[in-house]
Parts: sequence; structure tokens; C-alpha cells
Amino acid sequence: MHISEFDAHTQDKQVKPPLDPHLKALENEAIHIFREVAAEFERPVMLYSIGKDSSVLLHLARKAFYPGRIPFPLLHIDTGWKFPEMISFRDEMAKRFDLDLVVHTNPRGLKENISPFTHGSALHTDIMKTEALRQALDAGQYDAAFGGARRDEEASRAKERIYSFRTPDHKWDPRNQRPELWNVYNGMIRRGESVRAFPLSNWTEVDIWRYIQAENIPLPPLYYAAKRKFVERDGMLMWAEDKRFEALPGEQIQEDYIRFRTLGCWPLTGAIKSHATTLDDVIAELEIATVSERQGRAIDRDQAGSMEKKKREGYF
Amino acid sequence: MTATATAAVIAPAAEAAPALRDTRPLRLITCGSVDDGKSTLIGRLLWDTKAVKEDQAAALNRDSGKQNDLGLPDFALLLDGLQAEREQGITIDVAYRYFATDKRSFIVADTPGHEQYTRNMATGASTADLAVLLVDARAGILEQTRRHATIATLMGIKQFVLAINKIDLINYDKARFDELSREFKEIALSLGVKQVTAIPVSALKGENVVYDGKASMPWYEGPTLVQVLELATVRSAQTVGFRLPVQRVSRPGESFRGYQGTVAGGAVKPGDSVVILPSGMVANVKQIVTFDLVRNAAVAGDAITLVLDRQVDVARGDMIATIDAQPQVGLAFDAQLVALQPGGIEPGKRYWLKSGSRRQRVSVQPSSLLDLKSGKWNRHDGALPMNAIGKVHLSFDEAAIFDAYELNRTTGAFILIDPDTNNTVAGGMIAGKRGDLGGLNNEAERVILSLPADLADKILASGLLSERRDEVDIRRTNPGRAAELLGELDG
Ligand SMILES: Nc1nc2c(ncn2[C@@H]2O[C@H](COP(=O)(O)OP(=O)(O)OP(=O)(O)O)[C@@H](O)[C@H]2O)c(=O)[nH]1
Ligand SMILES: [Mg+2]
Repeated sequence: MHISEFDAHTQDKQVKPPLDPHLKALENEAIHIFREVAAEFERPVMLYSIGKDSSVLLHLARKAFYPGRIPFPLLHIDTGWKFPEMISFRDEMAKRFDLDLVVHTNPRGLKENISPFTHGSALHTDIMKTEALRQALDAGQYDAAFGGARRDEEASRAKERIYSFRTPDHKWDPRNQRPELWNVYNGMIRRGESVRAFPLSNWTEVDIWRYIQAENIPLPPLYYAAKRKFVERDGMLMWAEDKRFEALPGEQIQEDYIRFRTLGCWPLTGAIKSHATTLDDVIAELEIATVSERQGRAIDRDQAGSMEKKKREGYF
Repeated sequence: MTATATAAVIAPAAEAAPALRDTRPLRLITCGSVDDGKSTLIGRLLWDTKAVKEDQAAALNRDSGKQNDLGLPDFALLLDGLQAEREQGITIDVAYRYFATDKRSFIVADTPGHEQYTRNMATGASTADLAVLLVDARAGILEQTRRHATIATLMGIKQFVLAINKIDLINYDKARFDELSREFKEIALSLGVKQVTAIPVSALKGENVVYDGKASMPWYEGPTLVQVLELATVRSAQTVGFRLPVQRVSRPGESFRGYQGTVAGGAVKPGDSVVILPSGMVANVKQIVTFDLVRNAAVAGDAITLVLDRQVDVARGDMIATIDAQPQVGLAFDAQLVALQPGGIEPGKRYWLKSGSRRQRVSVQPSSLLDLKSGKWNRHDGALPMNAIGKVHLSFDEAAIFDAYELNRTTGAFILIDPDTNNTVAGGMIAGKRGDLGGLNNEAERVILSLPADLADKILASGLLSERRDEVDIRRTNPGRAAELLGELDG
């Protein structure tokens, strides 16, 4: 039998129970989108931001193209302010899954020493994330970029298409999105234009966690509770173990069991107090959570409609 | 049906509750005219099913201002997330939201009522199983209400809830509710919709949404909105045979060649005989490969990789289908479509048509236009203006492959793309292959052959035959039956 080399892989696996129909439907839809974009575009790339959504996205990409390799590179925009555990996790995954990983940091931001503390979260995000992303996409001449955004994250995301059309300067025009009927996606663009594709559009946070559990997907340990140092600042629990961290006058560095519901730049990502050290614990906590996952994100609270504004400018 | 107000249930789902609850989410839309309260209704639904978290509730209360005298938040803001929407107090684009009750989960698309944004309503309707059609009890049924009901029906939605909203503003008047229910019943009948539940609601106050409105409407004994949604059925299984639109060919090494796609109908298992369209070549399924395991069957909705037992030419855009019940292959089809952009649809213009993974050139000739007021189709061969619903003839340069939309909501659906703008300008539903094919050989004599299968396969694979594949009818059967049929012709 000529596919024996691939059978080996499947036989190694212990038999796991079939996915429940709801997750199976979401998985099927995501795989369909991956394949469609890979077939229609010349130079796709996948944004890999190391968090739980990216981890699910990566897993789905491997499934979509199995038994082949993922036929496009992964792009990580490194702001220089990511948790070190994220970076080591990223490198481990790249090695384990033989990924074609591209890492980009905005050279202008590096030179000007852009920092969320001295320049503020808005400017930091503009330069180190949005501008950096535009640079990397232009440099790679990518015409399609996968992202792990979900519609349940935020009100302007809830409005976004699965194929989200971008102008040559990466702008999103929420008032003139292309109609997107059935699962027939319009991938026709002119040179310089591009599409952001969101295979996880219809997933919720709970779906992500239940899928991670069902599929045994590896995650950075930051999602699980551990004793970590932090301070309370502006109602947010800020991680305080980096050497660039400076306590403000009157701030107490505390140590307790905390974890993160989303991962980003550590000065902008709030932790929650938690003793959830396993996946089961995390899901149990989530099911009774009374605040949304983005509550810990400084970027969303800067101003009303701030996500839409950033997206119009080319943010993912 | 009882004689009380529950008679609003025009035709309740007749079939008994399934033994096993369907855990797939129900996909629904809200639709109807501007300001009827669609976003408020869904906002209220999210609120009352506890899908709104504390920080989101705080933001809602902060942003709401004083938009009503009841001291209630502006629930529509939970949906209208774009700045332009908040400024104008209207919905512009469809918002997708997710919520669950103890019994089931839901994906809801809140669509805009404004006529200018009909395209965004069509986007939401294309994948929905149920439509909640809103009517402002004061304004009644408007042209836009009919347009949305018509588009929803064309797109295959068979279950409707008629939410007669703002009932609080007409003093919970039963007579008005009955009048509007009756009026809509007529429209529904003319559209061929059998399943409509009419409910008097106040979206703002949350009456008959999740909680009942008995206190203000003791006369209404029917279900709340959520109760109807919990009992609705997910799109029934497609009735045609196995269909796999090929998205890509996977060739990770010399030794492996698999065809990747999402099963668009029927089921498949190793050993099944399949035909590759449009070429007409046949093969048997050798294996169904997925990341998790080599599977012994795949059904509609599954994203799979199919391995065949022989070397055949298969490319993206082809369709692998069961031999016994093949889709239609041809150069001319009839369809209905909704024009979605300001430029409309121009007769004779060449568009791109995309269906499944297949994209090809098409020219479109309108034949009739739907008059929303009378519900009648009028002859019309000019351009179809934006938001019009029309019947059209499609002519292709190369063979096209479809099922009727009625039979398969995936292989019967298509979009049109304007080659000048690359924008999606229409959504279409195939009615069927055109009978009156203007082809040269239409009037000519026909010959019926009965051949051994292997010989037929060789002929089918020939270039000459595949060029005119749409003029050929093929049925597979056993020798006995073939002899019988030929005998009948002689007799
Ligand atoms: N009194 C009362 N007011 C309502 C009710 N439902 C909606 N409204 C009000 O009607 C107005 C319009 O509501 P929306 O929910 O924005 O209407 P919509 O149908 O989503 O409008 P578009 O999406 O722009 O077509 C708002 O001011 C609501 O507060 C109701 O049941 N009772
Ligand atoms: Mg609205």
C-alpha cells in the first residue's frame, strides 16, 4: 500500500473519542477555509501570535493539509514585549512541527526604543504591531494572511467577513464589505490588495478551550495558574518579573497564583487570580466567568470603538 | 388547532421531537424593515440568556444614554458595533453572535433593515435555517418586510417566526396582532412557506423573548421566541447523492495523490464508484484520509482527502460525485438571483461565476423580475437593478456542474463577481439545466446505445465526448434491465 508512510502516524495515536458534532462542524469549516485560501492565493501566510487561538489555528492548518506540510509560512510579529515563555514556546512548536517561521520586529521601533510605558499603549500598538505587520506583509508580498480572530471577541469583529478585503495600504472599510454568501468565498483581488482570512470566525472562547481539550493541543504555560509576581495597576494585574518592569511609587509587588486568559505584550495584558492549573480547571472557571476575556486588554479600553479604528488602519 | 390566540401557529412542526437532540447550533437571522427592532431583539436575547458579561454590560449602560423612558439600556448597541452604526442608530452590516440555552446553542446573524444594505441581509440569510421576521406593530407589513421574506425563502429558509414587535406601544392589542398574523399568512402561502409561528413581542421589555409576557398579554398562550428556536430543526440532510467539489490536489510525495474538499452532499465510503466531472471519467474510492485516522465513511459537511484507485486527471474545480445520481453538467442553466450592488446586473455582460471551488466565465440574460407587491414574476430582459430579484439564463463557455438549489444548498448556489471591480455583485440559486438548449444537435435524431461499462468508460474519457458531455444522457444499469428498456422502445 503506497501510503504506508502516513499510516504510521495515525496508528501511533491512541484512539480518542470522536469530536462532538458542534466542534466537528467548526473544525470542518475552518479546514475548508484553509484549503480554499491556499488554493486561490499565490502567497498566503499565517499570523502566529502564540496564544490559544493561534495554537488552535496551527493545529487546524496541520489537519487541513495532512498528509502534506503546511504550504505557507507562519509570521510572528515580535514587539519585543512578549512574555519570554511565549517565545520559547514558539520556537519549540516551530521545531516540533517543522514550521516555516518568519519573525519580524519593527526596526524603526527598535531604534527609537518604543515602549508601552514611556510611549503609551496606543502608540506602542500602532508602531510595534500595526506598522510592523504592514512592513512584514509588504516585505513578504503576501496576498492573503490567516488570522485567529473570532467574532465573539468584540463588536466590530462580529461584523467582519471570513475573507476580509484589504486595500494596498491594508485598510479595512467596514461600510463596504463584500457580500459573503454561503461558503462561496470571493478571492479576487488586484495586485497589492490582500485578504485577511479568519478560519475561527464562528468559534467562541468556550469552543476554543473545549477543542484544545478534545484535541490535546499544547499551550504556553501562562494559561495555567502558577505563583507569579505582579502589581495592581489601573485595575489590571500586571506581570512584574521582567527586568524592564519598574514599580510606581506606592506599588506593592505581590506574589500569588495568577494566569492569563489572553496573551499579548505583558505590560498590556492583565492576569486574573486563579488556581486553575489544569485544562479542566480552566474550562470550569470559564463556564462561570462573569467578565469577558478582553477585559484584561489595555488596547480595548483606550477609547470606545478602538478596535474598529485599529482594524481600519491595518491591525489584525 | 385551538380557537384561542395560539392559532397564530399557522403550521407547527408536525414531526415528533427527535430521540437524540441535535447538538449542532441552529443558525438563524433577524430580518425585516428599518427600525422594527431586530438588533434590540437579539440584544435582549443575549441579555436574558446571560450571554452578556459584566464588563460588556457596564459598557452598554455607559453608552446607552437616555434612548427610552423605561430606563432600559439600548440593547441594540450590543449588536451595532461599528462607529457609523452607533452614530446613525441603524444597522449597516450583519453581526454574528453566539449564545446558548440549556437546550441548544445558536448562531444568530442580525441583519440590517435598510434597503441600501440588502446585500448584507442576503449574506446572513444564505446560511440560516430559520428567519425571525420582525414587524413594527404600528407600521405593519412593508415592502421591505416582503423583500426580506422573499429573499429568505429563495435562499432556502423554510422556518419563519413572525415577531410582531413593539406590542407595548399598541397597548398589547390582540386584534392588531391577529390582523398582522393573518396578513402575513397570505404572503407566506404565496411564497410557499408552511412553517410560521407568529409571536407578539416587546423586544425592549423582553416580553415573549426569553420570558413570557403573560402579565401584559394574558390572551397569548403560544410559545416564547426562545421556545420556538429550541425546537426548530437544523437544515435537513441534502437529498442528492455524494458530491465532493475538489478544492485542491494534495501531492506531498511521489506516492500520494489525494483530492481535498468538503463533502457537499450524500456520503462516501471506500469501494464506492465515483465519476469525475466534467470529464466523466470513473474510478473507485480507495481511501478517505484525515489527520486523525483513515476513515471508513464520510458524510456531508466533512472536510476530507479522497484517494482514488487509479490515475485519473482531477483538478481544482472538478466535482467528484456518485455515479448513480450525478449532478447536471451543461453549458446553459436557469437560475434566480438577487442583485447586490449599485451597478445591478447587466444583460449579456460576462461575469465570473463561483460555485463551490469552481470559477468560470458566464454571461447572464435576465428573463423576469419579481414584483414584490403582487408577488408576480414579470417578463423582463433588461438590466436587474440593485436589490432586484430576477430569473436569469446563464450561458457558459465551458461545462458547468450544478444541482438544483432545492436539492442541494451547496452545489446549487453561486455568486457572481464583476471582473471590472472584483466585487461580489449577485447571489444565485440554480433552478435547473436549460431544456431548450439552442445547440445545433437539439432537433436531430438521438441514438441509445447499450455498452459494456469498460467500453463506455473509455468512450467517456475521450476528448470528443467530453466536449459535448452536456448533450449526452448516461444511466448505468445491469444487462437484464438494459435489454428490458430497449425492448420497451421496440414495442
Ligand atoms: N417601545 C419599544 N421600542 C422598541 C422595541 N424594540 C425596539 N424598539 C426601539 O426601536 C428602535 C429601533 O430599534 P433597533 O433594534 O435599532 O431596530 P433595527 O430593526 O435593528 O433597525 P435596523 O437594523 O437599522 O434596520 C430603538 O430605539 C429601540 O429601542 C419594543 O419592543 N418596544
Ligand atoms: Mg439593527
